[in-house]
Amino acid sequence: MLKGHQSWLFANRPMITATGVTGGPFEANGKLANDFDLLYEDLWMGKESYEKAHRLLLEEAIKMALQKGNVQKEQVQFLFAGDLINQITPTSFAARTMQVPYFGLFGACSTSMEGLALSSFVVNYQGAKYVLTGASSHNAAVEKQFRYPTEYGGQKPPTAQWTITGAGVALVEPNEPGKQHPVTTSATIGKVIDMGLTDPFNMGGAMAPAAVDTIIAHFRDMQLDPSYYDLIVTGDLGRVGHDTAFELLNKSGLKLERKQFQDCGLLIYKDEQPVQSGGSGAGCSATVLYGHLLNQLKKGTYKRMLVVATGALLSPLSFQQNESIPCIAHAVAIEMNEEKG
Amino acid sequence: MMESKQKKQNTTLQQRNYQQLQQKHEIKRPVLKNCIKAFFVGGLICVIGQAVSYFYIYFFNFTEQSVGNPTVATMVFFSMLLTGFGVYDRLGQFGGAGSAVPVTGFGNAVISAAIEHRTEGFVLGVGGNMFKLAGSVILFGVFSAFVVALIKTLLIIWGVL
Amino acid sequence: MLAMFFWAFVIGGLICVIGQLLFDVAKLTPGHTLSLLVVIGAILDGFGLYEPLMDFAGAGATIPITSFGNSLVHGAMQDAQAHGIIGVLTGMFQVTSSGISAAIIFGFIGALIFKPKG
Repeated sequence: MLKGHQSWLFANRPMITATGVTGGPFEANGKLANDFDLLYEDLWMGKESYEKAHRLLLEEAIKMALQKGNVQKEQVQFLFAGDLINQITPTSFAARTMQVPYFGLFGACSTSMEGLALSSFVVNYQGAKYVLTGASSHNAAVEKQFRYPTEYGGQKPPTAQWTITGAGVALVEPNEPGKQHPVTTSATIGKVIDMGLTDPFNMGGAMAPAAVDTIIAHFRDMQLDPSYYDLIVTGDLGRVGHDTAFELLNKSGLKLERKQFQDCGLLIYKDEQPVQSGGSGAGCSATVLYGHLLNQLKKGTYKRMLVVATGALLSPLSFQQNESIPCIAHAVAIEMNEEKG
Repeated sequence: MMESKQKKQNTTLQQRNYQQLQQKHEIKRPVLKNCIKAFFVGGLICVIGQAVSYFYIYFFNFTEQSVGNPTVATMVFFSMLLTGFGVYDRLGQFGGAGSAVPVTGFGNAVISAAIEHRTEGFVLGVGGNMFKLAGSVILFGVFSAFVVALIKTLLIIWGVL
Repeated sequence: MLAMFFWAFVIGGLICVIGQLLFDVAKLTPGHTLSLLVVIGAILDGFGLYEPLMDFAGAGATIPITSFGNSLVHGAMQDAQAHGIIGVLTGMFQVTSSGISAAIIFGFIGALIFKPKG
């Protein structure tokens, strides 16, 4: 059901019945390694190119989700997924392997929540019995496309972020009363916001206004206030973007506690790892949510969370043509299904 | 460079206000620390180059005038090894311009692009992408040298110089 | 000899510091910075200032990318003096060939034997 201007209320509470989370060597050394289902020792993963390894990450995450959910790929109606690579080829090739009817998505690093919002909508209105959704990224493939060859001795400034190597996939099904799974309750779709920032090494600063715009829209549309959620987590704003967003939100009148407001890019790596401002990438919000955060939700650490994935919609060409960086953010609210009785 | 780009875009008041707010949270680059690291890394690479030059002068009878060529070739060879073994990118993060400005940085730019694009084949991948980073140095080097030499030659011909 | 090592270190280091300031203060990309330095090298040789710097600092002046601009101008001037104005075109790569040839040759060899490590 449409709520407000740009939000959906999922009255039928679609369930995330299983997830699959894969990662690379950097993530294996990070803070959330135990929340990954499968971790690879190196970036090649036995394949002949980074792009093919990128595809493998997603394929394995999908297989893991299906296995844990006890569902065959032939039973799945739709796959909603995307990545950062040109023409989202790793995701499309994975879809070819899986042979599931496929919606390819591009929301840059906001793809995970774009996919979860659409999947929830489809399942909520009985448009599917099983839907797979996810997002992925591969550090070397992204660096090669957007920045410099991976062996180039360029110096990253402290505002830069580290693209994570990983894929996060969720299996979404209609609600079954009493089953202890996370459910999605609402979603807010974001507009493209551009505050004129031009530095591709400071994505966080460019994306913060988009996150804030979507968060404000969510609370306005759903007629709630921040105290409703015990966790509001952004996708990959990193240190710079996260601090900026916090200030912007408080300025807008929304009362947020520092503890309540977190960022996937800051959760995933240890302080000693050389990631400058934090993690980023389409896989960042996906792997942290579908692994760590849902595990915490199931343990009871959080009761209700709002996940706001943020994306920067630039290309290497747009930067060379002196364009600024337009950004977008999508939010999905998740909580545990009620217990029976 | 950033300011002139912004002026060209006619930023709105809202955008300018945001940019000011955002600047407060931007982690500033440690300019002094970076310059010191660049000084040491760059200086060290040049010292190694000097040692290589003396090696060629004493053992291969090059003169101080002609030793430039083999020295540069040797330094680029070293950068191939460092790039191939995955060391140059770490050196670059630490040393910044100290590793980018010496000719080893030029070698690293060409070689890293060549290595990276091998997955697209040698003709279109390696050949087509090798000069992605270094091409501008060659272009501007050649063109500016052309202009300078042309002006100087004309001035000599006209008896001004 | 020792003095040459010292000055190579200092002058080479200083040219790199200029590059670093172009990175961090002027916020130029490596491509812009190196292109600018090459042009500066060419202009300095136009004024006859780079050769004395090379005599003084040795590798401190020949190793930084600025020397590339210098050699290109030098080669052009040498041929211009011998063959007239057309020498400006023909002479450029005479003095400078090793840097670019080495980069191309070792780039290709590198692509043959190495895999990027990310």
